[in-house]
Amino acid sequence: MYDVVIIGAGITGTMLCRKLSQYRLKIAVLEKANDIAEGATMANSAVIHVGYDPEDGTNKAELNVKGALQYEQLCKDLHCARKVTGAYIAACGPEEEASLDVLAARADARGIPYRDLSREEALKEEPNLSENVTRVLDFYTTAVVYPWEVANACMEVACQNGAELHLNAPCTAITKEDGCWRITTPAGDFATKYVVNAAGVHAEEIHNMIGKAEWQATPRRGEYYVLDQDVQPIRHIIFPVPSKEKGKGVLAIPTVYGNTLIGPNSDFLDDPDDNGTSDAGLAYVRANISKTLNNIPLNRSIRTFAGIRPTTTSPDFIIEEVAGAPHFIDAVSIESPGLASSPAIADRIIEILSQTLPLEQNPDAVMMRKKPVVLAELSAEERNALIRENPAYGKIICRCEQISEGEIIDCIRRPCGARTVKGVKKRVRPGMGRCQGGFCEPKVVHILARELGISPLDVVYDAPDSKILQSENRI
Amino acid sequence: MVKELVCVNCPLGCRLTVEVENDQVISVSGNSCPRGEEYAKSECIRPARILTTTVRIEGAIHRVLPVITEREIPLDMVMEAMDAVRGIHVKAPVKVGDVIAADLLGTGVNLVAARSMDRV
Amino acid sequence: MKKVQAIIIGGGSAGLSAAVTLKKNGIEDILVIEKDEEPGGILEQCIHNGFGLHTFKEQLSGPAYAERFIRMAEEQNVRILLNTMVTKLTADRVVEYVNPEEGTVQVQADAVILAVGCYERPRGGINITGTRPAGIYTAGQAQRYLNIDGYMVGKRVFILGSGDIGLIMARRMTLEGAKVVGVAELMPYSNGLPRNMKQCLEDFNIPLYLSHTVTEVFGKDRLEKIEMMEVDENRNPIPGTEQDIDVDTLLLSVGLIPENHLADQAGIKMDPSTKGPFVDDRYMTSVEGIFACGNGLHVHDLVDYVTLQAAKAAEGAVSYLQNGKPQGEPLRIQNGNQVSYCVPSQFYPQDPAEKVTVYFRVRTPLDKGTLVIRSGDKIIRSVKKRKLVPSVMEEALLLKKDMEGLTEPITIEIAEE
Repeated sequence: MYDVVIIGAGITGTMLCRKLSQYRLKIAVLEKANDIAEGATMANSAVIHVGYDPEDGTNKAELNVKGALQYEQLCKDLHCARKVTGAYIAACGPEEEASLDVLAARADARGIPYRDLSREEALKEEPNLSENVTRVLDFYTTAVVYPWEVANACMEVACQNGAELHLNAPCTAITKEDGCWRITTPAGDFATKYVVNAAGVHAEEIHNMIGKAEWQATPRRGEYYVLDQDVQPIRHIIFPVPSKEKGKGVLAIPTVYGNTLIGPNSDFLDDPDDNGTSDAGLAYVRANISKTLNNIPLNRSIRTFAGIRPTTTSPDFIIEEVAGAPHFIDAVSIESPGLASSPAIADRIIEILSQTLPLEQNPDAVMMRKKPVVLAELSAEERNALIRENPAYGKIICRCEQISEGEIIDCIRRPCGARTVKGVKKRVRPGMGRCQGGFCEPKVVHILARELGISPLDVVYDAPDSKILQSENRI
Repeated sequence: MVKELVCVNCPLGCRLTVEVENDQVISVSGNSCPRGEEYAKSECIRPARILTTTVRIEGAIHRVLPVITEREIPLDMVMEAMDAVRGIHVKAPVKVGDVIAADLLGTGVNLVAARSMDRV
Repeated sequence: MKKVQAIIIGGGSAGLSAAVTLKKNGIEDILVIEKDEEPGGILEQCIHNGFGLHTFKEQLSGPAYAERFIRMAEEQNVRILLNTMVTKLTADRVVEYVNPEEGTVQVQADAVILAVGCYERPRGGINITGTRPAGIYTAGQAQRYLNIDGYMVGKRVFILGSGDIGLIMARRMTLEGAKVVGVAELMPYSNGLPRNMKQCLEDFNIPLYLSHTVTEVFGKDRLEKIEMMEVDENRNPIPGTEQDIDVDTLLLSVGLIPENHLADQAGIKMDPSTKGPFVDDRYMTSVEGIFACGNGLHVHDLVDYVTLQAAKAAEGAVSYLQNGKPQGEPLRIQNGNQVSYCVPSQFYPQDPAEKVTVYFRVRTPLDKGTLVIRSGDKIIRSVKKRKLVPSVMEEALLLKKDMEGLTEPITIEIAEE
């Protein structure tokens, strides 16, 4: 019998799982995909919004501000990359400047620091701002992270504290039995006192297994370009002035490792798994980035991707015990600023749980993650000491990002380690560079096969059916 | 009848003009070397190609060894030749030029190693 | 810090040729740095024939061609570090490398020759929308899996781009029992060598769709089908020409790009038309003592020319090590009508090299044209040319006397008829 089963290993589920793992509880996370962070957490803007945008009195407003403030310490504890870039909200004309005043007033009320910049001042730091831009608010504490790295690190900590992660375990039914919940999956049944529905774009399906939801999922797709590290047209995140209709608009975002994201658009979808890119979507991104920025070299794009936002008919996050279903907690409609809010969302859920679930601190729990070796961060002496100990750190596999075989082996062997080529890429980044894995993918396939004790033929890119090699050619 | 061909002997890819009458080549022009003329003749009668592929190798740095026919073999035999090569296994060490399959399908052409591979 | 006369970065066709040339010219203290476990570079996976006709007057496979140079390098006692990645290059020619045996090492070189090769343009570099399933590879990646590792990546294959690696892979996968359904080329003409059109596609009845492109891919986990469309003269897809093709594999052969990361790091000026460094008539880049050659300088059509060019770059390095920089100020060698790039792109009118072969490519196929080499109004040479195509590199010869004392840049152009 589990105390808590969390459905979904995205940022909401993993963040909660880590925080819960400090207590003496039997916890499992059920994930339908083949890795952690495969849904909205994998493909979004990666911005830790500071909380000026949500309307007063909402969950979003409260949890965003509280969540964002936790990230600095969180990323230190988890050894996750975080870069404070600042966010420019670029107003074009008097009407949008008036909107800036609204944001500034909210920020004042919420204690969020910012600078109010004239066009000229802003241009000094961001010379590619377009001629449309008349005034800028700089929320200079805004940061970017790798969301999947944070989710992964959270899950790793939780697993070390005894939580379980079950991949390829989609829920097919949830029933109430003898006062507890029974969750049916192809990976087995899970009996649990509490269920947390953190299933992202699939949250409505999960909810409807115990009764019809009062809200409906309205998944929206966002598409992005990723630019080569060699071209860095911006230093801050550049937002147009947000509008109710179009959300945050098309942004430009410097990533933790020097790439630039341009996007997203916003398309309502029928299929919550339809994360393909589209002509129309990318055309929208191209057309709209020029509102705030000039000289964005989209011809230096190294890839495009699409992510699905788990939006619903509810304008606010829904974080509550479901009426008439005691001990079943929804954490749904976690669209933007869900990433920034996730630490506070976890706190809110724990608060709900604590009303009926005794939470006893586990003195053995360790909330920090063991620091992974990142060669690029080490001095020559440190690197050499490491290579003498383990020569695999001296063999570079990914030439674009300079990732060694040792780092790849580490990310496979760690708790909740990589099992797929994409999993390796998400954890240590070979294939993220300009060649997009042209040279290193064959090597990563062989390392995975060796480490997992399987044939290269059974190594997958991502999902269990996404094999890279189809057959032996000479047997 | 006049035929236009692209010589495949070398990457120059000379464009050849070949005059053919009653299955006999009367003249070849456009070639830069004598091999072009030979190519044109064989191309009009029975096209032939160098075949390159791999065979399984044990005890070497890689699992497969590249191999090449010493000379052209008839194009119409290429798929059959691939079938014949498919079952061949060799053991390292191998030297470049070692005969891997002699007289491939009775063509009189040997299949040889395209590189050396040491035993590792 | 360790010191060495010359470091060659890359142990492929360019690097080995440069190393052998340095040794033959009496530069003894040299080091070749190769990232892979054996020298030879990309030639090791190019098992098809067609290499060496200029260099050896023979038809060799890629591995055999490489082996000739590996043997020459051995005979000359060239020191090659394997499994070694260069992690840093500075403008004052400090090379930092890392390998499992030595760890991170910095070496000060008097001269550096970049022989770093190129990489394949990935899917992200072109606009194909849709899902991200397994089953999409660059042609070179599939070639490596097949020819080095011994695995087939798929059974029903479509190829986007008529670059040579794509054409070679169309034949190779057909021979191994796959069905290659077709090849789409965005341009109205092929990007591959004429011989590969003939022996890789025509021999096996593989259709080539000119002025077509792949616009979308479908399939959740593994590729299931692609959408192909015809394009107009501006290369935009024409609505109504959509055609779905069921395949499990898509190979991309949509261009090669010089690997220029280290050159960038050293602050070397890059030529946007080649995406490699600008070099002078001795193959020196804008940074003194750093030379470039091979596919890392500009993408070649034939390895034989890589070999030749690398030897020239090595001779340039020898001259630099013995005599220092050329005298005077350089002038440009620039692209004229119909010329998409030329390499080298600079010369020294007061101190020109003995003989310079300028490699260039035309922008579009031309039946006939006259190559005109001029400096201002002065015509240095004009040569009638036939059958000019972008897939084939052309040459313009410059002799010492042609360059000596010129006061205006040299322009390489094609006069059309």
